[in-house]
Amino acid sequence: MPNPILQVENLFKRYGPVAAVRGVNFNVEEGEVFGLLGPNGAGKTTTVEILEGLRTPDEGRVSVCGLDPQRDPAELKHLIGAVLQSTALPDKLRVMEALRLFASFYRKRRNPEELLKRFGLVEKRNAFYSQLSGGQKQRLALAMALVNDPKVLFFDEPTAGLDPQVRREIYDIILELRSDKKTIVMTTHYIEEAERLCDRVAIVDHGQVIAIGTPRELKQRSGDNTRIEVRLAKPEPEGVLKALEGVSECRVLNGSYVLQCPRPPQAIVSLVKHLESRGNELISLEIASPSLEDVFIELTGRRLRD
Amino acid sequence: MKNFAALTRMRIQLTLRNKMFLFFSVIMPFGFFFLYSGVFAKGDPVVVRYFLGPVISLTVMGSFWGLSAALVIFREQGILRRFHVTPVTASDMLASSIVSNYILTLPTVACELLLARLLFHVHDFGNLLSVLILVTVGIVSFASLGLVVASVTNTMQETQVLNQLIWLPLIFLSGATMPLASLPRIVRRFSVFLPATYLVTGLQRAIFVSVPFWKLPIEIISLTFWAMLTFFISAQLFRWEPESKIPRKAKLWALATVVPFVILGFWENHHGRLHAQTQSTYDSLSAPSKTPPPRNATPEKPQ
Repeated sequence: MPNPILQVENLFKRYGPVAAVRGVNFNVEEGEVFGLLGPNGAGKTTTVEILEGLRTPDEGRVSVCGLDPQRDPAELKHLIGAVLQSTALPDKLRVMEALRLFASFYRKRRNPEELLKRFGLVEKRNAFYSQLSGGQKQRLALAMALVNDPKVLFFDEPTAGLDPQVRREIYDIILELRSDKKTIVMTTHYIEEAERLCDRVAIVDHGQVIAIGTPRELKQRSGDNTRIEVRLAKPEPEGVLKALEGVSECRVLNGSYVLQCPRPPQAIVSLVKHLESRGNELISLEIASPSLEDVFIELTGRRLRD
Repeated sequence: MKNFAALTRMRIQLTLRNKMFLFFSVIMPFGFFFLYSGVFAKGDPVVVRYFLGPVISLTVMGSFWGLSAALVIFREQGILRRFHVTPVTASDMLASSIVSNYILTLPTVACELLLARLLFHVHDFGNLLSVLILVTVGIVSFASLGLVVASVTNTMQETQVLNQLIWLPLIFLSGATMPLASLPRIVRRFSVFLPATYLVTGLQRAIFVSVPFWKLPIEIISLTFWAMLTFFISAQLFRWEPESKIPRKAKLWALATVVPFVILGFWENHHGRLHAQTQSTYDSLSAPSKTPPPRNATPEKPQ
């Protein structure tokens, strides 16, 4: 990697008996949008909070903009911006006051008026934080993360809990930042978010990075197959479905059969014929185009949201 | 320094927008003022002047309620962690809490003195420099105590319980609600272990007996030392994160806040200095003429 702005080597973090992060390694290049994708409790937030200097690692080496977050937290905080997962502002703080206050903490500042415009908050400039909707609060959080024109942005689950329309608005903002060549490290448990927004993705599970690459590389790695999920009236032996024409892999997940299909039409035809011959019935059938979910299933045997 | 100033401004703005502030910093102190001046003192200017010390002490001590609650709410709602990811330090956060509280409490004290003059015709407030010094160290020390309470409690419920446990002895056993000299001997012996007692008696002597600040060294030095100690401990125990629960061992740190007044209490009980002074001030109130001692009179020999 030519110019890593962020380096993580062999990172470990425990909370009592629980190992939240177990030997995480990755680099992020300047101008890259890097995603940590994984289920809740995978260790994504802990990793990001160590990078932000909010938590102390037990082991490992971390460098952000050439600084160690533990040794130079004060300097580092001038260079980063963050949208934290569970955070708030005082209820009676007005939108413009919040932007001005946070801008005042930094050496380098952007014009709060310009940020209000960019994030569609002009009409809400005098509104109290408590009067904002969830989407407006998140847009304000993004605006505040940019008040110091940071070199690296950390977004921890930036769209969690937001409705689809607001989520799309946030996606557009992140895509705009991506086109501005901002370095962004984001965590998410939404497949769509990682695929749509990230240049590269690290799939994290049980505190470890289990795969890393561009979304395309990762999908190719799992064969770039279409996923067909079926529920059947009666159970079928696993090996039988895998042997059907057009099917390359079959797993049983929560009572569903997940078929990886390089040739979906043939797979459906052969599946229907097979079920007819066995006197079995199809209860439901879902077809999903190749996604990072397949990579996760292949690597862990579980769905991301399980 | 810049961050501290910005945070102080924000804390003042937020406090002024808070209805609880109206109750704790306006309604409650003035409620005490009118209760003491109108009911206990029956409007008698000399007695009103005698009670101004306890009234102002209650206003000053009230600092610790609001600050502990505000800090715990900030931590529980994840507001502190948002500041943690900026260049703001724990000291900026704590010092701004204390200074904003000081700036908001001083006008209330000034209004109490002004009302005493306008409504109850108190024309002599004793040694105002001593009053200002004691009010300053009092606000800083009790506000720091509030920050310690916020740091050793994990939830708002715990904070409220601990606040009550601290507040009740502070107001009932320190002479803030009843003159110390009128309380049973056992209570008086206990009262000298409370920091509030030194604030109440110091302010009472500064206002009623016009004692200059250099004749109040024990009150001023003990409260100043205690203010520094509690501030230091609150900074050591400060937590940004709502989920970072305080270990039991760390709570022992908080116990260090009682050490100075435990030592001072034993010394006072041995020498009887404070008991003699409170008795003499009280006796001068009970004298037939009820004329407070003139300026520069020694408190031990009331007129």
